[in-house]
Amino acid sequence: MKTIADRLIEDVGLRRGVDRLTPEKIQKVFKELVAGECGARMKTYMETCVRCGMCAKACHYYMSHKDPSYTPVAKVSQTMWRLFDADGKVDPKVIYECAQVAYTECNLCRRCIHYCPLGIDTGYIISVVRRLCHKLGVTPQYIQDTAHSHSATMNQMWVKDDEWPDTLQWQEEEAREEFPGLRIPLDVEGADFMYSVIAPEPKFRTQLIYQAAAIFNAAGVSWTMPSTPGWDNSNMAMFTGDSEIMARIERAHYETAQRLRVKRIVMGECGHAFRAVYDVGNRWLGWKWHPVPVVHSVDFFWQLIQEGRIKLTHKYAEPVTIHDPCNIIRGRGLMEKLREVTHFLCENVVEMTPNREHNYCCCAGGGVINCGPPFKNVRIVGNSIKAEQLKATGVHTLVAPCHNCHGGLEDIISKFGLNMHTKFLGDLIYELMEKPEAE
Amino acid sequence: MSFAQSWDFTPGVRVVLDDMRQCSREYEWLEEPHVSPDGERVAMVAALPDPALSVAVNGEVWEATFEKVWYPRFSPDGRLTVLAQTDGEWTMVVDGEPWEEQYAYIWGTLFSANGDIIAAPIQQDGKYGLSVNGTPWETLFDNANQVTLSRDGSAAAAVVQVKSPAQADIAAFQEGIFSVAVNGVAWDSIFVNCWAPTFDPAGKNVATTIRRSLYDYSIAVNGKAWTGSYACAWGPVFNPATGAVAAPVRKAGAWGMAIDDAMAWDIRYGQLWHQVFSPDGSKLAAIAAVSFGDFTVVVDNTPWDIVFPVVTDLTPSPVGNRFAALASNHNSDFAILCDGKVWAGRYDMAYPPVWSPDAAHLAVTVEKAGRFTVLVDGKAYPESFDKCFDPAFSPDGSKVLIRAVAGGKYHRIVAPVAAFTG
Repeated sequence: MKTIADRLIEDVGLRRGVDRLTPEKIQKVFKELVAGECGARMKTYMETCVRCGMCAKACHYYMSHKDPSYTPVAKVSQTMWRLFDADGKVDPKVIYECAQVAYTECNLCRRCIHYCPLGIDTGYIISVVRRLCHKLGVTPQYIQDTAHSHSATMNQMWVKDDEWPDTLQWQEEEAREEFPGLRIPLDVEGADFMYSVIAPEPKFRTQLIYQAAAIFNAAGVSWTMPSTPGWDNSNMAMFTGDSEIMARIERAHYETAQRLRVKRIVMGECGHAFRAVYDVGNRWLGWKWHPVPVVHSVDFFWQLIQEGRIKLTHKYAEPVTIHDPCNIIRGRGLMEKLREVTHFLCENVVEMTPNREHNYCCCAGGGVINCGPPFKNVRIVGNSIKAEQLKATGVHTLVAPCHNCHGGLEDIISKFGLNMHTKFLGDLIYELMEKPEAE
Repeated sequence: MSFAQSWDFTPGVRVVLDDMRQCSREYEWLEEPHVSPDGERVAMVAALPDPALSVAVNGEVWEATFEKVWYPRFSPDGRLTVLAQTDGEWTMVVDGEPWEEQYAYIWGTLFSANGDIIAAPIQQDGKYGLSVNGTPWETLFDNANQVTLSRDGSAAAAVVQVKSPAQADIAAFQEGIFSVAVNGVAWDSIFVNCWAPTFDPAGKNVATTIRRSLYDYSIAVNGKAWTGSYACAWGPVFNPATGAVAAPVRKAGAWGMAIDDAMAWDIRYGQLWHQVFSPDGSKLAAIAAVSFGDFTVVVDNTPWDIVFPVVTDLTPSPVGNRFAALASNHNSDFAILCDGKVWAGRYDMAYPPVWSPDAAHLAVTVEKAGRFTVLVDGKAYPESFDKCFDPAFSPDGSKVLIRAVAGGKYHRIVAPVAAFTG
């Protein structure tokens, strides 16, 4: 069987980190991590896995490469078991291999949980490997740079404090030409909800902010966006294993909502950000649940439709298919609401097979796409199963309510020549909705 | 300095603005209402059909118009500031008069306690810093954020980027590229990160959270780092009496309080933040999780014996040693906490507590089923409103100024504390 050692890819961040390690340092950090942060959960998983291999066909990497070393159990075998077997005292090159597996060959999509007869969460185990690699200073360059941006600016794209409100004002100005009187309301204390987005939106997908403003304007809802840091709901530090920065970002996000006295946070169409806000950061900070309720756009659009606040001029005629983003489907159970919204918008919805909680990952999530060019090819080839799944639908329009999914799917569409294009729900709603104030 | 000495505290209800939509000029919209501290004026951004933007104060539109206007804020001494753009350049406009200096962008207005100093972060030619009363720092930086102004306005500080590594040069970043600049002069010391710089009350000293490596958090005071190394640390505060610096720090998965580079409170909390000293510095309080998901207020390392899923807005009294805070069940069922006791009512939302100057009374604006009112010492004003702004006490603490909107009218209400009976 091949192993990770047979396919190592050179990365500045991984190499630099490993070059400074010794087996003794690795062991010390490993033992501290296991004793201090893992507890019964890791021990249970380590002791209950029977190596049955049922998880193999759950993993898009394995299904694409057909190489057993890509199976979830093999990924654990090549990382955490290896470390446990050596009591953490391993050669630094092992950490390089662990890091490449953990950061670039597992999307933390958690599909394999559904196939494990014992319910082992391989994504959790791989997250702990990432945490170890972070503590050892062995992280891929590009995602580490993103984590640095988070720490310095509280957003992942180095958007500076002036660029954010300036961009919102620019989008408001643009949108007013189509919707006279439209506002992107900044810092409105007591609004019903704070709308937060990921930093790539102001950086290079500003039309999504425009569209959201248009939809909220037409729906007549009470909303606001903060003009201050805390607006970015993304969190790549969660994926590098830097829990401290992850938490600092989530604190800023939640405290911004608390300061504005909103009833809830509505998040744009992003999956990993939802995971960070909804499931991870809040708990690290000590809250059992969410200090401010959090609603993903899929859920929010569903609510607007239920309330009759979104009215369409027509339905989207071309057949569409739905991609179920891992973090809001397996992570939040929004599969039926996603379908209800999509069917409301589109005349002809063709389901992928498998779908809902069994859908294949886009292969971009879990921070994998953020690890950048060195690992791009493995990532894309590692999802030929997704390409086959897409192709089998025979449609050209792919609805995916997640930014990372768009990135990953567009790469696959391009690589495999699928003649498809991706759309957010917001794209469709904006395109199809009545625009009451349009001239 | 209390500007409230000059405010009208004659008990009664006065309609200041008969119609929140009234405007001396034709307009497309009026938004972002802000009310002056004395409650006498309502300012709103006005979109005029020209098209242009301006500011309406009690319905009277300024003569000056701009391409863009945002962030109307009243200074403590009652001056109205907005941020405005003309010919693509931004500046601060104070009571209708623009600063002479213009910038590529300006945001986040700050005031000194007595209002005579107005400052704001600026960006000019891709460089960042502050402008104080219209005078920009002599040195601007590749980035400046987390700006803060000393209480008397004599000093301003920001986290500044002092080195500019190439894109994705993670090694250079981890060698340190950030510092704190005070009045535009950066400390000599450089860190991987700096967060939440804060002044002492005199504006002479600055403390900040630092990260010396990805794993080594600590506190630096005037550029000198503590020797203590922690897994994480939140922003520091100064003791107003002694000048000691207190900061929550994390070790071995739990939080404690460090003061002047030594542990002062046990490492035993699931979370610890928003620490505040009493005005005389004799008490230190903070919001803490005493176990997972159970938040309360801790005073001098002793938790109150009530816990909630969420606690926010810890507010010390201006004199004495009293503390108030808000609690909620994940942003609903808000309760008001005062000196370890819980007021009886529960609300859909609550706003930051306001103490009377003598600390004898506590006022809180609350919302329930879309209606606002003000509580004093747990008892509600008998009427509710469409919207209430923060209440204010008279200098002697016997009366409360309520600034409220109801039925499209803006009301200025002065009520004796005894009138809060609900």
